[in-house]
Amino acid sequence: MRSLNRKRFAALAFAVSAAFAVVSCSHAPSGNEAGSSSGSPVLINVAGSTFGYPIYSKWFDVYHQQHANVELNYGSIGSGGGIEQTRSGTVDFGASDMPLNDQLLSTFKTKIVQFTTVMGATVPMYNIPGVTAELKFTPKALADIYLGKVTRWNDPAIAGVNPGVKLPAGKIVPVHRSDSSGTTFVWTDYLSKVSPQWKAKVGSNTAVNWPVGLGGKGSEGVSGLVEQTPYSIGYVELIYALQNHILYGTVENSSGKFIKATLDSVTAAAAGAAAQMQNDVRISITNAPGEDAYPISCFTYYLVPATFSDAAKGTIIKDFLHWMLTDGQQYAAPLGYAPLPQAVVNINLSLLSQLQ
Amino acid sequence: MGASAETLTGKPAPGGKGQVRTFFRRLRNGDEIAHIFTLVFALTILLLACLLVYELYAHSAVSRHKFGWSFLLSRSWDPVLERFGALPFIYGTIVTSVIALLIAVPLGVGGAIFLAEFAPTKMSDGLTFIVELLAAVPSVIFGLLGIFIIIPIMRESVDPFLQSHFGWLPLFQGPVYGVGFLTAGVVLSIMIVPFILSISREVLLAVPAEQREAALALGATRWESTWQAVVPYARVGILGSIFLALARALGETMAVTMVIGGTPSISSSLFAPGYSIASVIADQFTEATGQAYLQSLIELGLALFVLTIILNGLARLLILATTKRGTAH
Repeated sequence: MRSLNRKRFAALAFAVSAAFAVVSCSHAPSGNEAGSSSGSPVLINVAGSTFGYPIYSKWFDVYHQQHANVELNYGSIGSGGGIEQTRSGTVDFGASDMPLNDQLLSTFKTKIVQFTTVMGATVPMYNIPGVTAELKFTPKALADIYLGKVTRWNDPAIAGVNPGVKLPAGKIVPVHRSDSSGTTFVWTDYLSKVSPQWKAKVGSNTAVNWPVGLGGKGSEGVSGLVEQTPYSIGYVELIYALQNHILYGTVENSSGKFIKATLDSVTAAAAGAAAQMQNDVRISITNAPGEDAYPISCFTYYLVPATFSDAAKGTIIKDFLHWMLTDGQQYAAPLGYAPLPQAVVNINLSLLSQLQ
Repeated sequence: MGASAETLTGKPAPGGKGQVRTFFRRLRNGDEIAHIFTLVFALTILLLACLLVYELYAHSAVSRHKFGWSFLLSRSWDPVLERFGALPFIYGTIVTSVIALLIAVPLGVGGAIFLAEFAPTKMSDGLTFIVELLAAVPSVIFGLLGIFIIIPIMRESVDPFLQSHFGWLPLFQGPVYGVGFLTAGVVLSIMIVPFILSISREVLLAVPAEQREAALALGATRWESTWQAVVPYARVGILGSIFLALARALGETMAVTMVIGGTPSISSSLFAPGYSIASVIADQFTEATGQAYLQSLIELGLALFVLTIILNGLARLLILATTKRGTAH
């Protein structure tokens, strides 16, 4: 009995170890069987920007309800990941907060058409004990605060444009995003445009070499630090400020008006910049012209390959993009995104013909 | 080659057939199977470690070629100009881990001595259970704890206290923000105490009762027997628990990221914001643009791996040294 059990155990053990060896030696079957034969559901994989995640999943959900055989998946992995996966072709198309410049595009094997989807903005938030008013910021003041040149709240650069507010002499603690993010890109892109010194010393990217200040992880990290640290200032996405009822300041735009970031003033920034778009949506709309334009606004993008090996899939993606640019825009505002102005929608629609 | 051919074809080597038979008998007994199995498992772990190093090495080629050894000594971290250096991150990783150990070792070892030697068994088991639960709390929870509870306490009470009493030390000078090396070290210490306490207690409990009895019989007090007979006996195990805790502190990511201040700087002040290797990778990997940027982050991972190996090696040397001294008694 005992030896029988032993034998059984030995046989079993051999079987297991043999299976183990087979699994570890053979490559996983690389399946590309997800072809879309008619009738079967079509699965479209998209990945990228975390900023766009709420509206993208809303669109995908609504589009799926209207087209039961189409299923779109979104991986909220970050813009960098979205660009990488589009390049390697592991997703059907990607999403990014930064457009691809020509240098990056040259590293792609396929032609990529870029579409704007919705818009957002970055706003300055602050925590000054005793001050509950909405502060006004000039571009120079913002740049000099983050350069470490304006160090106290009662500095004339700030107090000068806020005559009604009694500002204390507390030392300013600038807070920035420690993680790399599209928000930082927009913020530093804006500061680079309005301050030559910022452009020369720091520049713009998803993360930069900050001259002064503290870093917080994510919007919640920045707002948490600002809310806890007296005399601090930080920057967060408009959508985050709206959802969390955060007090934020107005910023002087290129027309010299102090504009509060709202969905309307962000859309106005895109409308002001639409004239510069000629079949290329990759323009920065920070410090855009226009009386009512909020100056720290941005687009977020879809990166779509121009050709699809699977024609049926290509048709569906084209249809989805058309829907997203027209009917889909109505879902943006309730989620805190600014919808595209009509002029920009038209330019995007004309780009659709570049897809095969 | 010749020898083996001879044994196969030539005279039937006396041991040959017997050895084969022994092998099959052992196979049937399960000894060989256990041997093969455990060997495979051990090799798998080794293979994983090698693969990890290879991947880190291979994917940091651009960064390694661009910066060379100066990567380890450079203090700049500029994604715009694509100039990257690891020194502030290495500094931050070591400083926060050392602070964590300075707090956690007395707390953990002291607690373990109490639980193993002085506390009633029921209380000891109950408390140990709770402490071990701490080890299972996800680190992001410790990060939130840090943001909402520890940072305000540090900024309003602990840091000003240290500054007013020990402000003559460069360690406690400069502006106080609440986030920084010291806060990160404190949060880390809370996270690693359970490891030290739980393992040390087990090790102390495993000390033979004769060890205590002998000391007591020689007229030692309870504390003398604990400190001079029991703890030295368990020393290697306690050191082992401390090194496990150190490894955990070096690699901790989320909680540190949330409280360290996210600034790649080297400052003598513990109040200053800093950065650690694991945090900067977690922070910047997803949205890193450009090959040099991405690969510098991967090279940082390689640096952390090497740093861990070096510190582990030093730990082993320390164990070796103390063990020798112990046997000389």
